Amino acid sequence: MTAAPEHAPTMARLSLRDRVAPHMPVLLVPLLALAGFVAIMNPASWLTLTVSGLAMGMMIFLMASGMTLVFGLMDVINFGHGAFVSVGAFVGITVMLGLGHMTAAPSLMLNLGAILLAVIGAILATGAMGWAFEKVIVAPVYGNHLKQILVTMGGLIVVEQLIIVAWGPEEIYFNRPEALKGAITFAGAAIEKYRLVAVAMGLVVFAVMRWVLRRTKIGLIVRAGVENGEMVEALGYRLKLVFVGVFIAGSALAGLGGVMWALYQEVITAHMGNHAMILIFIVVIIGGLGSVEGCFIGALLVGLMQNYIAFLEPKAALISNIALMVTILMWRPMGMIPVVKAK
Amino acid sequence: MIRSLLSGDTPRSLPLALILGGILLCLALAPFLFPGVRTVDTAARICIFIVLVASYDLLLGYGGIVSFAHTMFFGIGAYGVALASTHMGRGFDAIAIGALSGAVLAAALALVIGLFSLRVRAIFFAMITLAVASAVAVLVSQLSGLTGGEDGLTFKTPRELGPAFKFGKEAFDGKLFGVKLNGKLLAYYFVFFGAALLFLAMLRVVNSPFGRVLQAIRENDFRSESIGYRVVYYRVAATCLSAAIAALAGSLYAVWLRYVGPDTVLSMEIMIDILLMVVIGGMGTLYGAMIGATLFVLAQNYLQNLMGAASHLVEGLPLLPELLSADRWLLWLGVLFILSVYFFPTGVVGRLREKA
Repeated sequence: MTAAPEHAPTMARLSLRDRVAPHMPVLLVPLLALAGFVAIMNPASWLTLTVSGLAMGMMIFLMASGMTLVFGLMDVINFGHGAFVSVGAFVGITVMLGLGHMTAAPSLMLNLGAILLAVIGAILATGAMGWAFEKVIVAPVYGNHLKQILVTMGGLIVVEQLIIVAWGPEEIYFNRPEALKGAITFAGAAIEKYRLVAVAMGLVVFAVMRWVLRRTKIGLIVRAGVENGEMVEALGYRLKLVFVGVFIAGSALAGLGGVMWALYQEVITAHMGNHAMILIFIVVIIGGLGSVEGCFIGALLVGLMQNYIAFLEPKAALISNIALMVTILMWRPMGMIPVVKAK
Repeated sequence: MIRSLLSGDTPRSLPLALILGGILLCLALAPFLFPGVRTVDTAARICIFIVLVASYDLLLGYGGIVSFAHTMFFGIGAYGVALASTHMGRGFDAIAIGALSGAVLAAALALVIGLFSLRVRAIFFAMITLAVASAVAVLVSQLSGLTGGEDGLTFKTPRELGPAFKFGKEAFDGKLFGVKLNGKLLAYYFVFFGAALLFLAMLRVVNSPFGRVLQAIRENDFRSESIGYRVVYYRVAATCLSAAIAALAGSLYAVWLRYVGPDTVLSMEIMIDILLMVVIGGMGTLYGAMIGATLFVLAQNYLQNLMGAASHLVEGLPLLPELLSADRWLLWLGVLFILSVYFFPTGVVGRLREKA
């Protein structure tokens, strides 16, 4: 009988590649910013473009996050998500226009207060609408992607037309609140004030969302539900209720994104949600369907990419997002941060 | 003979057979039964949309894949003919080359999109096609040097297909049953027979072993894969085929209109129309496309006026006139669409076949 071989585990250090791979998506954002810097070769323009890219990314994130969560949790694909963006924008801007005395005053506090009220109005309206949408449109077609796509698309059309009935078919132009007009100059770069507000808002929402998902019990249930819904239900949680809550929250976030987006564009149309959907889809796909972090990174990438390319080669800006999506899907077919489901 | 022409896929219901026969007869004799510029134009649109909707049904009803890029393929075919006719001069060779290259380009594009999205999840396809289609639509209106931008392109088809071309002077005195024998009549029959040929070809495809496999994948893709069919290949092949046929339908449309523009061939509204036609007619059967397209185009042409009239009737009441105005046509379509997906998923054809 021979003795057992000496126990000699080899502790191989992970190669640099293996250690970097999990963080690759996060690193992509600074890498893209760096690539933009090299390509533009002008610190002032680069800073302007980067801030506007980040602002755009934050707003897309606000609009897209609800959709990715809803999909992750309940496997529901909502093509009508853009409807919440439009409704949020219309309700929010109507509220803001009603507060003319607050927006016309050159006081930052009053202006931000008006925006806050507009945002609250939009969130309440889209939240309520999300609840109704879930009950009427989505609930009967659980578990059937094909019907979900068709029915939610129908819902989008109906909501779009109802907006036209309520607000008329014309585009509505308006001005941003007084204190948020214009730009500040920083290190030789002109940065629009509103974009800073948008970046701040996006960061706050992302931080709160991450905190809720990572640190609270409800977040724990949501994350567990994404991974293995049946098990969560077996433990006695009513996932259906959680889902309705997530749907309402996602709709409200889309409404918030809609107001911010409208203030950014300074014009609202009934079709704006439909247009936003295209960016939302790209972001959700490259982020990995169901992943909030992926959605955040994806949104920043899309925002930055669009702004850099629009500056460098305006004609190519249209297809830059598609090209970005193609590249990322070639690298990771399920998106940057794929959601692993326990099946 | 008829059986083999229909690839063994008969209507299987007497009322359905009668309706389909009626539609076919009306379309075949449209210029003689309903002489008039507008009615013949409606008939031609019905023929073209039957093919377009049937090719979409190949994807949605048989493959179980939702695409939002079908108008893009339709537009590629239409622009193919328009560009070829503009640059090569009027002639049948230009039409043939334009249509063929349009179909090849559409199939190639479908192949790329399909390979990217379908290998992961079927729902990616819906999202990616929506993104790509809108990018292409914007691109077409931006590249005004090539495509004429928002204004589109007006071009000349062969002389034989234009109203100025007269024939049969000696034999029939230039008229047959009171209908002028001119190039417009020939153009109609060009469209009609082109559409009929494409429709029969699709009927052949869906009733082939290939079509069966597609249906199996639609019902249960996991199981089909286990039996040994490469699901991705079949889905991508269906996508390419459907794209090529949509492009050919677009070519027919371009020949008929002698004009292409983003609003007429690429707009999202046409995509929604197609979806509605498929769902109303019945998913998963090509006859549904015939019924859906006919009903829808007729309703679009004649019901909209009715809505306008209704809106006038209720003038003075709050909100109602706006809800009923002809511009809100899409609103009611959307409602109808949602209701039919819920309560009527097999469409008109499914209902009629159930009864039989």
